Amino acid sequence: MKLFVSEGNPHCVKVLAAVELTGVKCDISHVNQDEQVVPHLSRPSLPALLLPSGLHLFIPNAICRYLFEVSGQEVSDQSNQWLEWEGTELQPPLMQALHMSALQGKGAEAAGTLQGPLSFLERSLNKRATQFLTSEEVTVADIVLWAALYPFLSDSSFMAGDLGQVRAWFERVGQLEACRSAAQAVLKGKGLEALKGYLQKQPVPHIQHRGAQPCNQAEGEDAEHAITEEEIQAAVKTWSQALSDFPAPADRQHPILPKEGKRNVLITSALPYVNNVPHLGNIIGCVLSADVFARYGRLRGWNMLFVCGTDEYGTATENKAREEGLTPQEICDKYHAVHAAIYKWFQIDFDFFGRTTTAHQTEIAQDIFWRLHQRGYLLEDTVEQLRCESCQRFLADRFVEGICPHCSYPEARGDQCDKCGRLINAVELKDPLCKVCKQTPVVRSSKHLFLDLPKLESQLEEWLEQSVSSGDWTPNARQITRSWLRDGLKPRCITRDLLWGTPVPHPDFSEKVFYVWFDAPIGYLSITANYTEQWEKWWKNPKQVELYNFMAKDNVPFHSVVFPCSLLGAQDNYTLVNNLIATEYLNYEDTKFSKSRGVGVFGDMAKDTGIPADVWRFYLLYVRPEGQDSAFSWADMALKNNSELLNNLGNFINRAGMFVSKFFEGRVPQTELQPEDSRLLAQVVWELRQYIQLLDRVRIRDALKCILNISRHGNQYIQVNEPWKRIKGEDKDRQRAGTVTAVAVNVACLLAAMLEPYMPTVSATIRDQLRAPPSSASTMLHGAGSFICTLPAGHRIGTVSPLFQKLEADQIEALRKRFGGQQPEEEGSKQQPKTDATSEANAKPATPAPPAEAAGNFAKPERAKQLAQEVAEQGDRVRALKAQKAEKAVITEEVAKLLELKKQLALAEGKNPEPSPQKGKKK
Amino acid sequence: MALRELSSLEKSLGLKKPNKYSTQGDKKVPVLQSNNGPSLTGLVTIATHLVREANRPELLGSTAEQRAVVQQWLEYRVTKLDNCPKEEIKTILQDLNQYLEDKVYMAGDTFTLADTLMYYGIHRIMVDLAVQEKEKHANVSRWFDHVQHYPGVRHHLPLLVVLRNRLYTSGHH
Repeated sequence: MKLFVSEGNPHCVKVLAAVELTGVKCDISHVNQDEQVVPHLSRPSLPALLLPSGLHLFIPNAICRYLFEVSGQEVSDQSNQWLEWEGTELQPPLMQALHMSALQGKGAEAAGTLQGPLSFLERSLNKRATQFLTSEEVTVADIVLWAALYPFLSDSSFMAGDLGQVRAWFERVGQLEACRSAAQAVLKGKGLEALKGYLQKQPVPHIQHRGAQPCNQAEGEDAEHAITEEEIQAAVKTWSQALSDFPAPADRQHPILPKEGKRNVLITSALPYVNNVPHLGNIIGCVLSADVFARYGRLRGWNMLFVCGTDEYGTATENKAREEGLTPQEICDKYHAVHAAIYKWFQIDFDFFGRTTTAHQTEIAQDIFWRLHQRGYLLEDTVEQLRCESCQRFLADRFVEGICPHCSYPEARGDQCDKCGRLINAVELKDPLCKVCKQTPVVRSSKHLFLDLPKLESQLEEWLEQSVSSGDWTPNARQITRSWLRDGLKPRCITRDLLWGTPVPHPDFSEKVFYVWFDAPIGYLSITANYTEQWEKWWKNPKQVELYNFMAKDNVPFHSVVFPCSLLGAQDNYTLVNNLIATEYLNYEDTKFSKSRGVGVFGDMAKDTGIPADVWRFYLLYVRPEGQDSAFSWADMALKNNSELLNNLGNFINRAGMFVSKFFEGRVPQTELQPEDSRLLAQVVWELRQYIQLLDRVRIRDALKCILNISRHGNQYIQVNEPWKRIKGEDKDRQRAGTVTAVAVNVACLLAAMLEPYMPTVSATIRDQLRAPPSSASTMLHGAGSFICTLPAGHRIGTVSPLFQKLEADQIEALRKRFGGQQPEEEGSKQQPKTDATSEANAKPATPAPPAEAAGNFAKPERAKQLAQEVAEQGDRVRALKAQKAEKAVITEEVAKLLELKKQLALAEGKNPEPSPQKGKKK
Repeated sequence: MALRELSSLEKSLGLKKPNKYSTQGDKKVPVLQSNNGPSLTGLVTIATHLVREANRPELLGSTAEQRAVVQQWLEYRVTKLDNCPKEEIKTILQDLNQYLEDKVYMAGDTFTLADTLMYYGIHRIMVDLAVQEKEKHANVSRWFDHVQHYPGVRHHLPLLVVLRNRLYTSGHH
């Protein structure tokens, strides 16, 4: 028997490992990769095994299987299954990933391509009980998969999601000498580099289908769409229509009111609670998502109104006021300004950003209340509540803390436990304490009003059926609503024993205010009323107005069940939600954003990072938790910035513009379309149409991929046609360079339009650089979408300059550390001295030291610098000890030293050593 | 599609009670549900399993060498033949024609599972071939015709006409 292999051919790893491991005797012949070994195949195919009968095996897995079989190891059904999976499901994306990674330098995309099959493997390994894939022994399946994945998994920088099991299994198999020597023989220790020669000779792989296993469809490249001849012809026809005299979009005239014959769209984003600075999760969950859609709608020529505001009433505000020694109104004023400034920085383009503590709020809320009361939709009941005798008041929600009755977490709040997340009735807390005076409250009863949801249930269901079937409701919104209805609706308390709220107008309840969730959604109406006196044209006009609510999923029931019930019961022809867009949660690195623990990036800190608002917007939208939870990660943000924005999008737009300036004196050249230009036009049109279809259905994240696909096509187009070379050639070549440049710069102009909802500043910069006609964006995004030559021959462009900057690894690492968790804590929650030695955040001058008003604390910058150094060193020492598993007593001692150092450092920086809330700091 | 193949295979193997199948993913990869033991996924895996169940080991090859050849063509079927891009069809036919020059069946002189599955897989290509193209790939056509008339194989697929006398004498370019 003779085995033919060649160096640098990835398929040879598995057969060499199998030969060595099984000990089957055969000659190994190293041949050139172009050698024709198998006589009946028209292309070279290696590895190949010449059998004693004179037949050849030329499929690598078949060779491996044969070697195992002749060595006496029968191949089981389970192994067969893995071999088949490897051949059909893993190899196609794998070859594509190798191609991208080794030849195109697109390591990140390659990882994305492999994510599907890898996570399938991860799950399978998780489920099995054996050391290896199918048994306690290594089988042919392990060898084949190990060798296939070797080029990627042997590279420690390769990242593709959570692969703990895969990596452990890979290590285990890799310990076999047979595997190591086979990998060495083929790759010569050069990694992917060694495969270049082989890969260059292979046809460019493309995948017909997305990963067929039911894997989470993570970041894989979209399957190439096969362009038809008709599409090409249509694209060329549209392209040559000159930009007709489309009127430039009119400036917005306030107040915007519904118009007859227009698509009238009212957008709300969940009202952020005023007492805190919003974090990135809040921002992507509501205001940013709503903003993208609103900007998109305006480009599409819809008549849009986008309102939002701060939700200001409630216990949390009262609490916060007490902490900061201000009145609730002062707290609201202060934080309303903080919110407004943050959203302004993120370029959230509200038509109006209001607040709930207004006279209109009282008026409208009380009106709805009386209407519900008159129609018999309110019930009276007594409720047992905790009352603090020393403070002389009922302790609602967050005024009480105690031990969680479910999980025994000691700091559960009166409404919810932060640890187990379950809802709690305050009287169920064990050992409750008044948050203000720390006394034990007593149980008292108090009379309250309830919204009679059961009585409204049938009306609600009738409306829901119609709204959900005709509008866009995200799957989570539908599902959460369904589960509420399935469990049966119960009367819901709408009053609270508080001072800071909309007063209940009923004389029997004069000491009470409305419960914040009855009150807050009414804020949408009252905020609109503060915007225009004619607010009822939006809110009592279901025939003309289409309402979109944006929120995170925890807000769904209040928008789909509770609030619609209030409005249905009030019977005043209110506009009810038609489209309910709910996101999942965005996590921070591997953990949750936590207001109370200060983990993550908060709105006001984003700008201190020096990263432009548009890049933040881009990344948050790129990882928008659409359909499933997602995570913010610094490393990933840098990666996406550098690979997608800088290398893909920015590179394309910049090159297109530069060619016009450099080769054609800033004037767009004449075009003479060749088949490949037409083909590009068709590809671009296809992506544009996808974009519009997706955004019409508010698939914001998916639509962003279309933009990036277009610039990828564009880059490829430039790369293949090499205008920078042809410009130096003969007339024909020069003309070709002109056509390619003109097409490319027009694609850039289209991209500017498509980017507007996502990155408004970048979009404006591009349009400015290209001197794009004002009507170009709305013209191309009109209807189904059309790609028109908006920069005709002779059009003079402006000065072109780069759009994005690289994010360097050390810069990102510094940011990651700075926001890594132990931010100054909120709410003065009693601090356990941190025993976690990695909490170095205090050592970082993350936030400018606050005014040294805390008496006697003066900042000493020199000393602080020295101490910061010492803290870092001591931190390293503690970590080292922990890693060596040193004795506990030793570690405790070193940790104590670390904490003392940190305290000194805080003092030296002029901070209060017990970190105090700093969230409200002014810019 | 794969499910119809498997059901035809079950019939030709004479399996009495049909198995329960489902599919996975958008490529509709077949999954064999099993009461005892884990399910099996993939056309080749399931087909091999069925042949063993039916106690017809000779269909998988009677020597280690022949078994390897059978498995090779089974894998060839699902990795190279299925979903092959249009421009590849010519090469595939050429290669197969060359390979079948001195063989009656895929794995030599005896009929195996490789013939059944290769036949099912190539049927869609053969349907589209003009008479001239079939004649150009005479060995493939001969093998194809042979298999479609092999007892119990064809089942769900229509019979294709293969002419045995040559019409285009100058067919070689």
